[in-house]
Amino acid sequence: MTGPPGLIEARELTKRFGDKIAVDHLTFTVAPGRVTGFLGPNGAGKSTTMRLICGLDRPSAGTATIGGLAYRELRRPLRTVGALLEAKAVHPGRSARNHLLVLAQTQGLPASRVDEVLDLVGLRDVAGKRTGGFSLGMGQRLGIAAAMLGDPRVLLLDEPGNGLDPEGIRWVRTFMRQLAAEGRTVFVSSHLMSEMSVLADHLVVIGRGRLIADCPTSEFLQRSSERSVLVRAPDTARLRELVTAGGGTVRDDDGPDRAGGNGAAPALVVTGMDAPRIGELAASERLVLHELTPRLPSLEEAFMELTAGSVEFGQASQQVGSAS
Amino acid sequence: MTVTPQAAPPPQAAPYPPQAPAHDSWPGLLRAEWTKIRSVRSTIWSLLAFVVVAVGFSALLATVLSNDWNSPSGGVGARVQLHTDPTSTIYGAGFSLGQLALCVLGVLVMTSEYTTGAIRSSLLAVPRRLPMLAAKGAVLAVLDLIASAVTVFAVFFVFTSIISSHISITLGTPGVLRGTIGGILYLTVIGLFAMAIGGLIRHTAGAVSTVIGIVFVAPILLQLIPGTIANHIYGYWPSVAGQLAGQTTEQPGNVLSPWEGLGVFCLWTVAALVACGAVLAHRDA
Repeated sequence: MTGPPGLIEARELTKRFGDKIAVDHLTFTVAPGRVTGFLGPNGAGKSTTMRLICGLDRPSAGTATIGGLAYRELRRPLRTVGALLEAKAVHPGRSARNHLLVLAQTQGLPASRVDEVLDLVGLRDVAGKRTGGFSLGMGQRLGIAAAMLGDPRVLLLDEPGNGLDPEGIRWVRTFMRQLAAEGRTVFVSSHLMSEMSVLADHLVVIGRGRLIADCPTSEFLQRSSERSVLVRAPDTARLRELVTAGGGTVRDDDGPDRAGGNGAAPALVVTGMDAPRIGELAASERLVLHELTPRLPSLEEAFMELTAGSVEFGQASQQVGSAS
Repeated sequence: MTVTPQAAPPPQAAPYPPQAPAHDSWPGLLRAEWTKIRSVRSTIWSLLAFVVVAVGFSALLATVLSNDWNSPSGGVGARVQLHTDPTSTIYGAGFSLGQLALCVLGVLVMTSEYTTGAIRSSLLAVPRRLPMLAAKGAVLAVLDLIASAVTVFAVFFVFTSIISSHISITLGTPGVLRGTIGGILYLTVIGLFAMAIGGLIRHTAGAVSTVIGIVFVAPILLQLIPGTIANHIYGYWPSVAGQLAGQTTEQPGNVLSPWEGLGVFCLWTVAALVACGAVLAHRDA
């Protein structure tokens, strides 16, 4: 049985380590042609899920398939799936070139392909050096080179930005978007939610091993939190009265220029009333507005709201009293 | 050391190459395992230690025996054994210690993958774990066979030429060639035995200690226990049985003949490899 090529499917995927559940009946799909972000706090089970998809760990229950096949059923799997996992996966005494050559040989790829991917990630100059001396960022680049070796249609990247400098992060981001635009499946985990909001088209969000959301990034932002409107006006007292009388809720903006520095008018945050209505109210009273901005919650805010109670850390701190 | 990202244009990832035929590539697996083993320094150091220790100790023993040949006190046992079982004497000194280097090499072939995390890369490339184990074993066996053959013959010629003024031992001496080939085969198999222990234990220090315990320590302790049961356990013990293969002829008191001994050792090794394969296939990497 084979499914659509490039589709990652997890069905009721579960992994227990002793009596601890790391991944708890996860069901989701990752489609080709877009960047899918895999988001969750530390300890949520992201890396374990990736390892289950790649066949490194056996699921306690459920299945994970790529194009309808379990990873272990793939022949020459690097030609289908490229994976950059979080943990180090290189012998420090082996050169970068030999590390990649080993992988290429298992897939029947020519040695010339090794040099191509070394060029791709900018490691050609240090290809003959032992990887034990590599920086974290160089290690990540080597991992990306290994993932791209077989020109796979599916990419799994666990925290690819780890250890990269800002330029490297930008490079990886552009690279992932390009791979997705070529029709490949790009599944990338991160705990950096700001990163995900600019990178991912779609999000799979988990907390404590459970699925919290599987939806487009924009929908995740919209549905997850109340929307608010930032209003800047010289006469905030009148505005406050008007909005409150109209059924809205007003609080002072807690942003950096709330007091109206640099000659700007002070700002209020209105909830429970949308921007057009606020504008109409102000116009009817001939009240001057300097700014009227509908705001989406940041991914962080949305995430914290949805995963409240799913964070390992929160759980741990609750148990401090009962722990020995 | 920093590397400037080859940033600007993320390259055109042209489809490369067309999808491969859907079968495991044995030549590819073997080539990959050969690249692995030749591209780390521990391999050459282990083999060098093996040659130096084996040849060095054998030459030392031969020199001492030769110098004391006519002294009434020294080395009587060894002189007698040179007549009754020349190959055990010639190979005993150098290889009882030298085999430790082959054991370390065998262990490292497995444990270095686990302790460095390289196993994750290996299993992503070859998720069917048994073919990988088989390829690893095959490459190690060939390497050990060649290294053992070269070293065993070197030891033989060094030893016999040093001692030649007192006793003439050649490959034509009855049983000597058989014992020599048996010794080479024993050294090859012990590398695989150590590899299996490495795969079962996954930590270098633990696996090396275990192999030393099995190969060196346990036989000494077993010999201390009187009685036929202990004698049979001793006789069938992996390293004890295996080393019989290096004997020129079957010696009185042996439970097994030389070839039987090698066969028993091979069975132990196959059992260890099967256990290793089962663990590799089922345990999380």
